[in-house]
Amino acid sequence: MVLKTLKKAFPYTLPVLTGYLFLGFSYGVLMNKTGFNLFWTSFMSLTVFAGAMQFAAIALLSSAFNPLSTFLVSLLINIRHLFYGMSVLDKYANSGKKRSFMIFGLTDETFSINAGVDLDESVHKKLFYFIVTLLNYLYWNIASILGHQLSFMIPDSIKGFEFVLTALFYVLFLNQWKIKAHRLYLLIGFVCTLVAFYLVGRAQFLLLAMILILFAMVIETKWRASR
Amino acid sequence: MNITQLFITILMMVVATQFTRWLPFLIFPEQKAQPQWLNFLAQRLPYASLGLLLMYALKDVDLTKMPYGASELIAMGFITLIHTKYHNTLLSIGLGSLVYLVLFNVVF
Repeated sequence: MVLKTLKKAFPYTLPVLTGYLFLGFSYGVLMNKTGFNLFWTSFMSLTVFAGAMQFAAIALLSSAFNPLSTFLVSLLINIRHLFYGMSVLDKYANSGKKRSFMIFGLTDETFSINAGVDLDESVHKKLFYFIVTLLNYLYWNIASILGHQLSFMIPDSIKGFEFVLTALFYVLFLNQWKIKAHRLYLLIGFVCTLVAFYLVGRAQFLLLAMILILFAMVIETKWRASR
Repeated sequence: MNITQLFITILMMVVATQFTRWLPFLIFPEQKAQPQWLNFLAQRLPYASLGLLLMYALKDVDLTKMPYGASELIAMGFITLIHTKYHNTLLSIGLGSLVYLVLFNVVF
């Protein structure tokens, strides 16, 4: 059962493996170059386990001690997770002990796979979601250790590997685009985030984006009901 | 920062991150009957979140400097083409990323 589900889940995680190898590696390199030892690099990947957050963490850890500000910045960077949780409430229900780990490790990438995948009855779904979460967790942790240890041979010449993750999100977007009923919501999500980005800038547009999305969905439903 | 301060700072990040991941599951425990509006969200939010995530991934594209986001635009156009033709997720991601890497490192 486990092996069969693993075989099914592994191909789905391949883009994440590639993307995390480069992102996690870069994180490890940066940590090392900033002067942290392997313990801190690995400890953060094991406990924080949030890509964007860990890059921000390097700056936070190098500045003056300010736990409250760290807490608020972390909330803001990770606020999009609220939407992911809401989206997989049903899928993650009744998964017993596995559920805690699946919630702990609900990253962008794990969310995008588990929320997007349509599994048939032959697959043990909860185990599938769990294995995807676990594999992604392993990739991230191994990659950050590798990056830390091999930072002396950073591939400075070739850049842009992070695009693998953009490509992953885009292909999952296209997969949902095939379903006509989903198109409007894909667009609402994208356009509201774009608008928020132009209104408040790169640093903290996500909170506004989420408010705009909720607002747009309510308006759309009201408008549809009134017709 | 000293070691204690480092630990406290990381703890703050862990608590904040986990708070954002757990909150929906804590508000809506499995046994409790779910309100109507949650059903409303469940039908829309997964797709809106995917749209948000795509834009979030594109936030660092610089449209003011050469090549003005052309690498991303061309690579995504290419992905659209082969994905519509072959419907193979891994193939689309692999080839799309390859096109991007060549454009980003060699062409521009």
